[in-house]
Amino acid sequence: MNEKVKEPLIRISKRAGLPVWKAWLIRVAAIIIALIVCATVTTLMTGENPLQVYSTMLYGAFGTPRKIWMLCQCLAILLCISLAVTPAFKMRFWNIGAEGQVLMGGLATAACMILLGDALPNWLLIIVMLAASLLAGAIWAFIPAFFKAKWNTNETLFTLMMNYVATQLVAFFVILWEVPKGAGKIGIINQSTMAGWLPVIGGQKYLLNIIVVAALTIGMYIYLNYSKHGYEITVVGESERTARYIGINVRKVIIRTLLLSGAVCGLAGLLLVGGTDHTITTTIAGGRGFTAVMVSWLAKFNPIFMILTSFLLVFLDRGASEISTVFGLNHSFGDILSGIILFFIIGCEFFVSYQIHLRKNAGKED
Amino acid sequence: MEEKTAAVQMRDITKRFGPVLANDRVWLDIYKGEIMALLGENGSGKTTLMNMLSGIYYPDSGHIFVNGREVSIRSPKDAFDLGIGMIHQHFKLVDVLTAAENIILGLPGKGRLDLKKVSARVKEICDQYGFDIDPEQKIYDMSVSQKQTVEIVKALYRGADILILDEPTAVLTPQETDKLFAVLRNMRADGKAVVIITHKLHEVEELSDRVAILRRGQFVGDTPTKATNAQEMTNMMVGHPVSLNISRPEPVNPEPRLVVENLTVCDIDGVVKLDNVSFTANSGEILGIAGISGCGQKELLEAIAGLQPVEKGSITYIEPKTGKKEALIGKDPLKISSMGITLSFVPEDRLGMGLVANLDLTDNMMLRSFRKGRSVFTDRKAPKKLAEQVVSELEVNTPGVSTPVRKLSGGNVQKVLVGREISSSPTVLMTAYAVRGLDINSSYTIYDLINKQKQQGVAVIYVGEDLDVLLELCDRILVLCGGKVSGIVQGTETDKRQVGMMMTTLGGEEQA
Repeated sequence: MNEKVKEPLIRISKRAGLPVWKAWLIRVAAIIIALIVCATVTTLMTGENPLQVYSTMLYGAFGTPRKIWMLCQCLAILLCISLAVTPAFKMRFWNIGAEGQVLMGGLATAACMILLGDALPNWLLIIVMLAASLLAGAIWAFIPAFFKAKWNTNETLFTLMMNYVATQLVAFFVILWEVPKGAGKIGIINQSTMAGWLPVIGGQKYLLNIIVVAALTIGMYIYLNYSKHGYEITVVGESERTARYIGINVRKVIIRTLLLSGAVCGLAGLLLVGGTDHTITTTIAGGRGFTAVMVSWLAKFNPIFMILTSFLLVFLDRGASEISTVFGLNHSFGDILSGIILFFIIGCEFFVSYQIHLRKNAGKED
Repeated sequence: MEEKTAAVQMRDITKRFGPVLANDRVWLDIYKGEIMALLGENGSGKTTLMNMLSGIYYPDSGHIFVNGREVSIRSPKDAFDLGIGMIHQHFKLVDVLTAAENIILGLPGKGRLDLKKVSARVKEICDQYGFDIDPEQKIYDMSVSQKQTVEIVKALYRGADILILDEPTAVLTPQETDKLFAVLRNMRADGKAVVIITHKLHEVEELSDRVAILRRGQFVGDTPTKATNAQEMTNMMVGHPVSLNISRPEPVNPEPRLVVENLTVCDIDGVVKLDNVSFTANSGEILGIAGISGCGQKELLEAIAGLQPVEKGSITYIEPKTGKKEALIGKDPLKISSMGITLSFVPEDRLGMGLVANLDLTDNMMLRSFRKGRSVFTDRKAPKKLAEQVVSELEVNTPGVSTPVRKLSGGNVQKVLVGREISSSPTVLMTAYAVRGLDINSSYTIYDLINKQKQQGVAVIYVGEDLDVLLELCDRILVLCGGKVSGIVQGTETDKRQVGMMMTTLGGEEQA
């Protein structure tokens, strides 16, 4: 029974506000440990030199100017979708339908380009494309928002299901508009006239997207933190009862916010179809509607931090695909490494907010 | 008299939460066959200290002896093994299970569950101490007092000899409280050690044998209850002399401000919560509302505030200067305030309704005023000033106005909420359980604030649970019983017994 006198071996207690530099020290340490674990796993499983693997990853992300542009483009699109879902998330509305909302934005863009490409002057066409894509994304988000506001349906399931509907709609139109007949895909739209292609700035194909998203980031930051709408979103998200108590129209806020969320997704669709790809496929969003959820959460819904988190995810992804081609491994191995690194980065937040105590003088007799 | 034996001895117990020293080298003895009252203001560390006994927290340093042997309580299971049971303020029961199922939940047992045997043993315990519960009843069918009984039986079933109750009477009616006290006395007679945490001094005097007092995490002293009185205990808790009288200034030329007629309200399932309620709230007067919890108090206030749909009846607001009458029913809070009616409401659920826990003081001040102006951006200057003013005038204990309110203690949260609500110079002020969970000092601050509003001609509606306070503070008291008006009595002309009786049975046929 004397055993009982012993202190527990491990105890957890909350930290008093940790200085910022210490918190970052913990995060950096987490990344270093993650790299060591990744190196061990790499050596054990593939026999490759881990340092070489890491340098390949870096090369894959930053190796050539083209790769850097690609990285920035991927980052811009991912960040754009993340910015789109953030106001909804801040309101505790789990919009996981960004994938579908982007697709609908892209589909609307493609429709304008195909159907109106020859009928309208280019500047007008682009304005119509912009309006159509924003509207399409907004409608796709409005439907679940309306049902949530009116009948309190589960928005997670609803937005998820809307993704499948969007995918099938795109598949339908791809067959309808396929070029050449029987190809099963649309190919580059308006290749000869370039009608509806977003303008190229400074000779760089991706620069426009990057500028648009940069502006959007700042705009979203201000909207969420300094506008009355942003304040209402915060209150509704924190407590619907408080919102009612002070006379905020919760239904209106839900619908308004989701219209915004969907419209920004639609914009991402425009940037993808009109700005870079000039075609549409069912996989044009490429799962980024879901990755965006992680970006937004990791950054704790702060648009400025989201630049960092989306960079991290894009870097890991680009690096991973480089590894798989250079070393002849399949893409899954790169994903394993990304997974390990993310595990450590997310896990270290526990050590930022909590402290572990080990039993003191564990060996002493009592 | 027999020799007292210590059941628990706590020595030099220290516990920190980040920068906060919750318990600072506390010494405390708990004796068998004795009821000890643990007193202290909010944040003085009472609950923390008891949580270390019941295995929820682990002390940073210090020693605990149970029955003379040093122990280490690492989990609630360790605590149970040592015969320590704690009844928390918030019950920890599974709603869809029966009393008996809840009682044996988590206990080791054989593969096959013999609920009959459990029920028999539960009955035995009930008979021994005078409890009254049905082991087969589901928790969701139970009243608050019955749930509490299940918690106590749960602890006893596990063989608890040392029973800790954290503010057990906060949710009980006077009659239920009497019943609980009778049971606790039976336990004392049986040689069990009982610790009760409470803010109500008259209960301490009525029930306990000994009081132990904590102040700011430190042990101030203990004394036999007989050798002390309410005034002395308060002084020890607060650290300086405090006046214990609630003043009741004369009403300032009362005129009808809010007339409620035949109000009937149903909840979402169609259950009638308020049945044909009529009354008038006058300016410059405090109208108390008494009743067992869940008798329609919440619905009444929310219906006036425009948060609760109404079946039938009318609520009329009478403009103080012009005498113009405005119907409030069917209008939401935004509409009501846009008509120029400043109706302030301190709801029961402070952090879930009145304030946003994760926002700071400034942003919470802004809740009422953020719509002002045409700009699409929020103006934080005025709310910040208001926050600073509330902090200094009401002596809110906070690191600053940019601290999230969830980090403040209960009393300070309430001061922030009340401060905001009275800052808009209301004509009607409704408060629900304004001092629930607040220590004496904070409670008196709140009473003073309410009295000040009354003297400024505000019609105050005060929903309370502590009858002693209701009787001392309110000019008139409306008693609700099962959603009906049981009667309206003058604060000066009634007593606790009468109001208590009216709460449980529809007293007199004077309702409209």
